[in-house]
Amino acid sequence: MIELRDVRKVFNSGKPNEFTAVHGISLSIEAGKATVLKGPSGSGKTTLLSLIGCMARPTTGRIMLFDREITSLPERFLTEIRRNTFGFIFQQFNLIKGITALENAMLPAYPLGERFSSIKKRGLHLFELFNIAPKAYSKAEWLSGGEAQRVTIVRALMNNPSVIIADEPTAHLDTKLSLEFMDILKKLKEDGKTLLLASHDPLVYESSVVDRVVKVRDGRIEGAGK
Amino acid sequence: MRKWIERHRNILDFTLSSLLRRKRKNAALVSVYTLIVFLLASVLFFASALREEASILLKEAPEMIVQKLVAGRQEPIPVAYMERIRAIRGVSSIKARLWGYYYDPVVGANYTLMVADDLDVAPGSISVGEGVSRVRLASPGETLEFRTYQGATIELEIKKTFSSESGLVSSDLVLISEDDFRKIFGTSEQYATDLAVRVRNPKELPTIALKVAEILPDTRQILREEILRTYDAIFNWRGGILLAILFGAVLAFIIFAWDKASGLSVEEKREIGILKAIGWETSDIIRMKFWEGLVVSLSSLLMGLVLAYVHVFFTSFMLFEPVLKGWAVLYPAFKITPFIDGAQVASLFFLTVVPYTVATIIPCWRAAIVDPDSVMR
Repeated sequence: MIELRDVRKVFNSGKPNEFTAVHGISLSIEAGKATVLKGPSGSGKTTLLSLIGCMARPTTGRIMLFDREITSLPERFLTEIRRNTFGFIFQQFNLIKGITALENAMLPAYPLGERFSSIKKRGLHLFELFNIAPKAYSKAEWLSGGEAQRVTIVRALMNNPSVIIADEPTAHLDTKLSLEFMDILKKLKEDGKTLLLASHDPLVYESSVVDRVVKVRDGRIEGAGK
Repeated sequence: MRKWIERHRNILDFTLSSLLRRKRKNAALVSVYTLIVFLLASVLFFASALREEASILLKEAPEMIVQKLVAGRQEPIPVAYMERIRAIRGVSSIKARLWGYYYDPVVGANYTLMVADDLDVAPGSISVGEGVSRVRLASPGETLEFRTYQGATIELEIKKTFSSESGLVSSDLVLISEDDFRKIFGTSEQYATDLAVRVRNPKELPTIALKVAEILPDTRQILREEILRTYDAIFNWRGGILLAILFGAVLAFIIFAWDKASGLSVEEKREIGILKAIGWETSDIIRMKFWEGLVVSLSSLLMGLVLAYVHVFFTSFMLFEPVLKGWAVLYPAFKITPFIDGAQVASLFFLTVVPYTVATIIPCWRAAIVDPDSVMR
């Protein structure tokens, strides 16, 4: 489904502080499975997720999505792919302060040109599904860590994407909440979603939900399989 | 099309809640912005309303006034001159006018005394403007005392008070009979204050004025257009002085607005990153900022305009009255006829809304074209 061919990412190219985050990685990610990129901080996991999620372009190499080469697509198309194919769960949650949890979750659907009422209906339905309906109208900054993460999950699912990308999703959660999160992932996988996670938390990569663990170190893949 | 409208509606909805999130900051900005528009619009409204007032006032004025000059000063003009002017081809009518200024020591104010033949003011009576009636606390039926040029006192009864379309003319006006006028000022019957000339074809006016100058070299001819031009110059000059004073305030605002609009806070940059990461296009973000700039500047413009309108036309330009109206003891407490010059409102719009909106968009565009992966870190 997603294929990386000799992907390299260099930051600050040509400058004294040039830094290569990803060294020619080739990787294939299967649809409908849960794949975890495992590795220490600074190993290039997040960069890899950004490249796969069309948030940044590789310096060299190619990325294929559903057999379509996406690296050379113009920004507009990348945004469209990002909006329709991927749902992101960020490490820092990245909710916008000052607006309600529901509004935060609805944001990815705004540019679709859908009726506000139908976006809201869908959002409320997802809030019910993830047991956070009572928090729908709370301001983002009033949410606890677990609640905030559920809101980011709802936001990620808003446009019904086929791939969920989560970067260190349990970094700010205690064990109980982390296990709850893995349960949610299980449900999502059962719904046919492709899951791609970056984590160095054993609760994540040792979970039964995960089909494949890819070890990443110093921008290179160390080995594949679980 | 429907999709496009919904997209804009959704983005506008988010923009409005964004604005509410930074309530204090935006409220401060809108207040300062409104104040500046209010000041500028007040001056512009007032100056244009006064010009309009002057043209209402002069609409009925004679096309030409002939005055006698002696050593460069105006003197009473011999009534006999009328025949010589009437003989000029193109002159349709000529009328001798009697008017002058009268200083009232009781209130320390000057009145304009004028003989109005057509208004039928009987000897012994007068009609007064509302300003005179106000300062003298005199209403119809009461009498006002006038001192003649010889020091004697005559009492004249107020028949009625009046106001006209323009408060500027009528406020200090006292309409008086010819007999009483001559008694007070001692003007002989062979003389008038000036002569009002009407012509058949206004295009011939300059030629007729030249002819008058030829046959009566001791007179000057004042054309209606010249008076209008003088009014224009005076109001523009006064408006200009006020604008120059306001220039500092405007400049400070421009710097403030530019700083606010063009600089993005870390928080705002982060938000743009989030929106891009979750699938907003650069154009969506620019659209959002465009709406934000437009909402702030347009609401400030409208509020400023409404406040200026109230200030100029309902409170008679309370704040800057002395600068623009001139000085007088007998101030006409007049309400200016509401008049707004569309071109001025348009220029205010282009000077405020457009640059502000552009200033909001540019930094966002710069922030929005970077890769959204910054939010991943």
